[in-house]
Amino acid sequence: MTTPTSVTFERHPDRYRHWRLTVDDDVAWLEMDVDEQGGIVPGYELKLNSYDLGVDIELYDATQRLRFEHPGVRTVILTSAKEKVFCAGANIRMLAASEHHWKVNFCKFTNETRNGIEDATEHSGQRYLAAVNGSCAGGGYEIALACEKILLVDDNSSTVALPEVPLLGVLPGTGGLTRVVDKRRVRRDRADVFATRPDGIKGKTAVDWRLVDELVPRQEFRETVLARARDLADESDRLPAEAGVELTPLNCEVTDDGLEYRFVDVTYDRANGLATLTVHGPQDDPGDLHEEGADGWLLAMTRELDDAILRLRTNENELGTWVLRTEGDSAKVLACEQAVFGAKDWLGNEILHYYKRTLKRLDVTSRTLIALIEPGSCFAGVLLELALAADRQYILDGPPIDDEDSDERASITLSEANFGPFPMGNGLTRLQSRFYGDDDHVAWLARERGHALTPAETVELGLVTDAPDDLDWEDEIRIALEGRASLSPDALTGMEANHRFVGPETIETKIFGRLTAWQNWIFTRPNASGPEGALRRYGTGQKAVFDRKRV
Amino acid sequence: MPERIDYDAKIPNNVSLADDRRLQRALEGWQPKFMNWWGEMGPTLETQGVYLRTAVSVGREGWAHFDHVNVPDYRWGIFLAEREPDRRIAFGEHAGEPVWQQVPGEYRADLQRLIVIQGDTEPASVEQQRLLGLTAPSLYDLRNLFQVNVEEGRHLWAMVYLLHAYFGREGRDEAEGLLLRNSGSPDAPRILGAFNEETADWLAFYMFTYFTDRDGKYQLGTLKESSFDPLSRTCEFMLKEEAHHMFVGTTGVDRVVQRSADLVREHDTLDIGSHGGIPLDIIQKYINFHYTVSLDLFGSETSTNAANYYTAGLKGRWQEGRRKDDHKLTDDARTLDRPRDDGTWTSEELQAILLLNLDLRGEYVADCQTGVKRWNKILDDAGIGFRFKLPHPGFNREVGINSGHHVTPDGTIVDEATWQAAKHQWLPTTEDLTFVRSLMHPVYERGKIASWVAPPRQGINGKPFDYEYVHLT
Repeated sequence: MTTPTSVTFERHPDRYRHWRLTVDDDVAWLEMDVDEQGGIVPGYELKLNSYDLGVDIELYDATQRLRFEHPGVRTVILTSAKEKVFCAGANIRMLAASEHHWKVNFCKFTNETRNGIEDATEHSGQRYLAAVNGSCAGGGYEIALACEKILLVDDNSSTVALPEVPLLGVLPGTGGLTRVVDKRRVRRDRADVFATRPDGIKGKTAVDWRLVDELVPRQEFRETVLARARDLADESDRLPAEAGVELTPLNCEVTDDGLEYRFVDVTYDRANGLATLTVHGPQDDPGDLHEEGADGWLLAMTRELDDAILRLRTNENELGTWVLRTEGDSAKVLACEQAVFGAKDWLGNEILHYYKRTLKRLDVTSRTLIALIEPGSCFAGVLLELALAADRQYILDGPPIDDEDSDERASITLSEANFGPFPMGNGLTRLQSRFYGDDDHVAWLARERGHALTPAETVELGLVTDAPDDLDWEDEIRIALEGRASLSPDALTGMEANHRFVGPETIETKIFGRLTAWQNWIFTRPNASGPEGALRRYGTGQKAVFDRKRV
Repeated sequence: MPERIDYDAKIPNNVSLADDRRLQRALEGWQPKFMNWWGEMGPTLETQGVYLRTAVSVGREGWAHFDHVNVPDYRWGIFLAEREPDRRIAFGEHAGEPVWQQVPGEYRADLQRLIVIQGDTEPASVEQQRLLGLTAPSLYDLRNLFQVNVEEGRHLWAMVYLLHAYFGREGRDEAEGLLLRNSGSPDAPRILGAFNEETADWLAFYMFTYFTDRDGKYQLGTLKESSFDPLSRTCEFMLKEEAHHMFVGTTGVDRVVQRSADLVREHDTLDIGSHGGIPLDIIQKYINFHYTVSLDLFGSETSTNAANYYTAGLKGRWQEGRRKDDHKLTDDARTLDRPRDDGTWTSEELQAILLLNLDLRGEYVADCQTGVKRWNKILDDAGIGFRFKLPHPGFNREVGINSGHHVTPDGTIVDEATWQAAKHQWLPTTEDLTFVRSLMHPVYERGKIASWVAPPRQGINGKPFDYEYVHLT
């Protein structure tokens, strides 16, 4: 399979190929109806509601629009529009033919979409209910697992299954194994039986083992589902309907050398394997959040950043280092941030959680992240989180490189944004992660909120890696970037992921760390990906040949 | 406004120091520390002016400028050989690409390490030789000692320049570290073992400048091939100055041998100790010691580090440009003689790229041999049957495949007891060292020379031997 040169991530419900989104008062139906011929890459058919990246991009778009455009929706019913099949999971032909990085990136994105669904339930009162109306296997069951409740049609044949291990020689990589034991608290021996049975579990046993919440007879399926959805909606604290905010087109200008949005631009340096992401601060003071809608700085910037991260991650595998920069006025950044924090309504809430998810996307991006804090930058509050997400931070201690007579100096500013609203996957703030186990230090930092910190202060406070002066700056940065580019990308990916996620494990860190690490390994093993491996042999009628050594 | 410093006058250079604020600032921090170090660790003997050669530019006229100079005022300069405009990488995986004018981030750590190790040897020898001025056999020799010392100091500057100009803050820290380590210091010794050995007498000094500085020549020769052009150019110019150090060594040993030969003939005995000369067998023991300690500087015979440096283009072979092979060496093989525990030698075929240290050592050994020939010719001319020999490369080694084995100078592998019992015949004993030291009386009168060494055939820069090379207080 040839990997597409450029995947885009903007979608619109009017043009979905694989989903139908209908909103009925406070309940929305999100029906999966995958177009067999609609694969994002030629070379396979998406039979039985199996999915590929393109299907999941639409799902992601739907979940985002539900949160912003349909604030009145309290329950989302996720179901299939096809007869007898809910979802067969990730398309096997696609997986078998994909290059390693594509498989891994696909798993990462789909995981983020699943996490986003759970985030909507937890933080927006927008609860998801899986109406499993037919066979449900692998990634299909993993979509269901992301929902708060799972209803299974009681037709004496529909099953839920995680057949990856027995059929494909790989793992249910979208959090399946973790969510079964951690979220649904299925006993581990039963989880073992379940995940090694290619045919899955149906009916009463599925309920007894907590794999699903309820069985619903076929005849009453739709009504019961709707009734349960209404019950869930009634429990939600989400306020009644209010006008949503339309997610308007992003108008990204794509060239060979980069991406350009309104508040974000990306430039490529292919020779050195670098992408420089510059986030521009707001030009104006904040206006009314609802009137500004998708044009409001924080929401617009977040959408652009999210889109840029996804494009870079999928389309630019060899740009291994991302340099994170900002430009603008810190005071205006803090004012915009305050307008969102101060709103105390659903929209402010959605914007903050969206920014949180976007930062999390950055955290799990397998690229080296280096923040450059220079005169004219605006790493304040919400934008400072970008620097704190980076693996290293360099602040220029001196005048701008191109104007040594200037009085302008680089600074950063801490705000409440850095102390809670944007936790990482491990449940800690980036500052808590940075100073893990040193709460006194974080408390000290909390007292330093609200004023510009000089380069010397950022060093003293441990907020930067180094503060080269204007004479050293260009060389130090060049050498740091070149040195990085020369190291093994695999070792860097492993190292960075280890350093970024200190402390406690959560379902999220397990999925992105433990599960992904195993899946990565399995994906490169001949037992799965070799010519006689299970992924390649699947559906050929031939049995996979396994190397029987356990390592 | 602070007074503008005229950098070009104070520090002769061809690296545009006057326009380079970063380098100026780095040197302003480093230079006073260097002067403190020189004051504490440099030559102990105070002088009122030494007839020194100072390089003021790299051109033909500039680099050999002679005058009496107050030693601490010597103008340690920064000189790189002229840049060759289209120089290309001559070996390794980058062969054919233009050489680097900046440190590639990928090789930053390796290049820094190579430069620090080279840099660390330069002040070390000054430290090792700091007391020698007190026992100089003549003003001519005293002058040569100072010349060697200031040039070692300049070579330190050369490495410090690279660290300052190309390695940022870490480079500045490393440059300072070069002054914080000291030869023989129990807490912070010099990096390489040979540079922690004492240079207690003038025969040792001649041997050191013959054998150990010659190692320096070969190491600089490999760094001259480096793809990092500033390093290459720096080393090229250093090699020019290094040649004088070896001249001091070669002619120094010549003159000792000459004097001993004269005494042997005069008194018709090899036992010339009582006549104020150094017996030939003691000279041979000094050769054995300094040669083998210097062989250790080449590192282990098989080295993946050296192979990596070669492949990366950081460090080439001696006269890489004249080698007729693919300059990658991944397909070539060479043999290595390895001692076995049963007392026999075995020959092993290995990839040539893993034997680069051996390759360089081979060049060095051949070069050392020419000195031995010279000295034997002096004996031959004097009608004396004694002959000097370089010992087997397995003899007295602390580094590489021979360390841990007991190899005699003729290459026989023996057990430890046998080796220890015969050691006094091969290496200078305490008595030998004490004896040589007993001959070391300073001779500071113009035109006079100590009993154990012959005067040079020529003076410095066309001056006669009895010229007042050093003004003493």
